[in-house]
Amino acid sequence: MSVAEVHFSKVSKFFGAFCAVEELTLDIEKGDMVAILGKTGCGKSTMFNMIAGLQDPTSGGVRVQGHDPFREFDWFRGKIAIVFQNDRLLPWRTAVQNVELGLEMLDRPAAERREKAMSWLTRLGLAGHENDYPHALSGGMRQRVSIARAFATDASILLCDEPFSALDEITANRLREEFATLVRQNHKTAVFITHSINEALSIGQRVIVLRRPARIALDERLPDKLTSDGAEALRQRIQGILSEEDRVVIS
Amino acid sequence: MGDSAAQSATSKGVQRILTILAPFALLAGIWHFASTQLPDYLVPPLDRVFWRALAIIVDFSLFKDVLATAGRIMAGLAGAFVIGGVFAVLMHKSRRVEDFLGPILNFFQGIPALSWVVFAIIWFKHIEARILFIMVVTALPAFSFQILSALRAMSKDLVEMVLSFRPTRAKMFRMLVLPSILPEILTSWRVNIGNASRVVVVAELVGATGGVGYRLLEQQQLFDMAGALAWTLQLVFFVLITQKILNLIEAWAFKYRAQSERSL
Repeated sequence: MSVAEVHFSKVSKFFGAFCAVEELTLDIEKGDMVAILGKTGCGKSTMFNMIAGLQDPTSGGVRVQGHDPFREFDWFRGKIAIVFQNDRLLPWRTAVQNVELGLEMLDRPAAERREKAMSWLTRLGLAGHENDYPHALSGGMRQRVSIARAFATDASILLCDEPFSALDEITANRLREEFATLVRQNHKTAVFITHSINEALSIGQRVIVLRRPARIALDERLPDKLTSDGAEALRQRIQGILSEEDRVVIS
Repeated sequence: MGDSAAQSATSKGVQRILTILAPFALLAGIWHFASTQLPDYLVPPLDRVFWRALAIIVDFSLFKDVLATAGRIMAGLAGAFVIGGVFAVLMHKSRRVEDFLGPILNFFQGIPALSWVVFAIIWFKHIEARILFIMVVTALPAFSFQILSALRAMSKDLVEMVLSFRPTRAKMFRMLVLPSILPEILTSWRVNIGNASRVVVVAELVGATGGVGYRLLEQQQLFDMAGALAWTLQLVFFVLITQKILNLIEAWAFKYRAQSERSL
């Protein structure tokens, strides 16, 4: 029996009296590219933080590759990489030094670090900008550096928290395509959190819609080639769930 | 085109130097005028002050007093910085420690430097121990609170990002904490060096057998205004030199800021 790459078992998370996640059970298989959709405050980020090991569940269990991501802090070094909503580059490091960050945590030799970082920057179209500091780069370029930083460690799991939402539409579309291609080519398991239905349908092989407090309202595996009619039907279903959620909140 | 740009830069540089020198020239002019109107023992001529100041620098038997004072300032600040840094980290880590240490440090802040001098004379026999104690206790609260504030101001987003790579404590400190708090650390040194140079004189005035403060007391007893000014200038030069060194460290450590601002 194969062990799920990410496994949530009746996970609940409370912040005081507020319930952010309620008895969530979920498996994500190795190599899956899962888009998680939901309204603001539906518990997406809490779920994300629990996979990343940045938060501990109040009850239930989270296992990533069979280990507890919160308690087994050191075991996960180099195994999970995160692309955040904003680039979160260290302003005192150049682009290439930012990409090297994760490799430094893994104690890779300096020459290897530089070679890998340069190779990822080149792949992401940033050759020639390696010595630029973050403030000298555009928003799109900075987000590319943060993607390069995540891929450089060769982590098997990629967590992405609305990584393109702060970018203009053209840049976001281009980066989204590049990102999806890189994930597929490198056989990563990716969990992609988004607000956008279109983004979820274009990037996910599986779409999960969450309802407050982080309960699964829809879990749909997409066919390899989603027809425009199929996409439209799914879009309508997701829209319906999210609108219903709005009505519940208003009432 | 290139020549005119260079000329413009040079003229701007000259203009800046003139602007910086102007208030000193004004002060010197007023002093010079006063020295022609008042007796020498009250307002000595500037050239006499200049030669006395120069004599201190070139005569090592005198200059070693300047070095002693500089050493006391730096030793006191270094001690206060290390202890203050430890206090700040502990307060940042634990609310309970902050509730315990915060009021004590605030209480210390309210005690005048002169009172510490009196306490030190009563408590310590050794002169250097007295001065070190005074320098440390007067600078300690400021360093503690400034480093604590720097730790609190660290970007939560960056902390989360670095934590996501699962760093060791040492790497977390080297890669994130130190570069994040460095600007505030340099500012705290800048402020504390100015304060310490004033406190050290008070400490040496009453409790030392050497140093700028001791020499100032000597000039007062001799009623020698030129000497008093010459020794005071040594301390001013020390502060100016250390501020310049801090400027250079800042320029090197924060070069990323300059580059990014130019590019915008």
